[in-house]
Amino acid sequence: MRIEADRGKCDGLGMCEAMAPDFFEVGEDGTVVVLDERPGEEHRQDLAAAVDACPVLALKLT
Amino acid sequence: MTLVVVGASLAGLRAVEAARRTGYRGRVVLVGAEEHLPYDRPPLSKAFLATGGPVAVEPFHSEEVLREVLGVELMLGAPAEGLDIGAREVTVAGTAVRYDALVIATGATARTLPGARTLRTAEDAVAVRAALDRGARTVVIGAGFIGSEVASAARARGLPVTIVEAAAVPLARAVGETAGAALAGLHHEAGTELRLGTEVTGVTEDGVHLAGGEVLPADLVVAGIGAVPATGWLEGSGLVLHERDRGVVCDATLSAGAPGVYAAGDVAHVANPLFDGHLRLEHWTNAAEQGAAAARHALDPASARPLEAVPYFWSDWYGHRIQFVGTPVADEVVTAGDTTLYRRGDRLVGALTVDRPREIMKHRRRIATGAAWADALAFAGTA
Repeated sequence: MRIEADRGKCDGLGMCEAMAPDFFEVGEDGTVVVLDERPGEEHRQDLAAAVDACPVLALKLT
Repeated sequence: MTLVVVGASLAGLRAVEAARRTGYRGRVVLVGAEEHLPYDRPPLSKAFLATGGPVAVEPFHSEEVLREVLGVELMLGAPAEGLDIGAREVTVAGTAVRYDALVIATGATARTLPGARTLRTAEDAVAVRAALDRGARTVVIGAGFIGSEVASAARARGLPVTIVEAAAVPLARAVGETAGAALAGLHHEAGTELRLGTEVTGVTEDGVHLAGGEVLPADLVVAGIGAVPATGWLEGSGLVLHERDRGVVCDATLSAGAPGVYAAGDVAHVANPLFDGHLRLEHWTNAAEQGAAAARHALDPASARPLEAVPYFWSDWYGHRIQFVGTPVADEVVTAGDTTLYRRGDRLVGALTVDRPREIMKHRRRIATGAAWADALAFAGTA
């Protein structure tokens, strides 16, 4: 499983960090930093929730 | 099995998406008062009002995706007219629609003032944008978030704008008096005139009439004076509506107290275990989270769990990002630079930041876990 973040789209609202703080953080520049781009399958549910929570659809799970 | 979702904005859309994500294959009907496919509201008072902003209000999904991929039957341009909790029927445009599970997500309607525009719907945003494009002199009534964002859009175009606010301190209910006064400073810095403690007696072609007799000339008058839950259709249904604001009174699982009936978003007055009380919130994040949860709970009531979400909202003015988590109702408020923290007992219960995007979700986590006030202060001091 791979997390893809479109930092050009990201508006830095931090919903992903709220849902899955071990994998996402809003950086100093106000856009998302992915802390672990290749997480284990056991995290799929939390990550899907974070992807769905993004107000600007900047996240993808592949 | 039929899931009916009444209200086709963010909470309603999240409800139908969540229903499908749980694997539910039954019938889904989405009822909306507006003709439009579901669209997102925050950009209407932000990017959409900017020079060179988007030219059309884009829906979240195309009609094809809604119908074919999500399998949603759309009843748009058709406001719900009544609810029969015994027969499990919603009346829509004169037709009874039977449900097994119902999500009420009808949102709130902007309070109006004769002669002034509101900014709530796509049509409102198009009209406000057109007036700004013509170089309007703008008067905004109400120094809340919508009013402040309109003022910001006007100033970004170099246009004159005045905000008239009845209260002595703006945003006191949303962020408390200390932070409200500090945020008012952003208007001054940007050249927006702010008239506090000033009552409006009426709006005419001459402009906005103030209680002292003064008239502020205006080409565009926008009223940002709050919104009321759209629950007229639920009067007499047997659901409990809140005595103060007529929101749908729900328990912490969003149950509205009738079999299969749940509510979400601006319309819902929800028990919140974190803050010992009922809250009705008009936040994007609240609508998104509650919409999804309400659908899951309505389809499988046995799985319903109390929501323990920490409220979160943001607003963008004059290039600054304002973010707030938790509650402003506090025993003590401490401001350090661009961060304001709210204490109740020995716990952190709220945090406001201006242009500190890296920090806000860390405060939110502290609030959710009941972090000690001393730890929160130490974090803010070293962040």
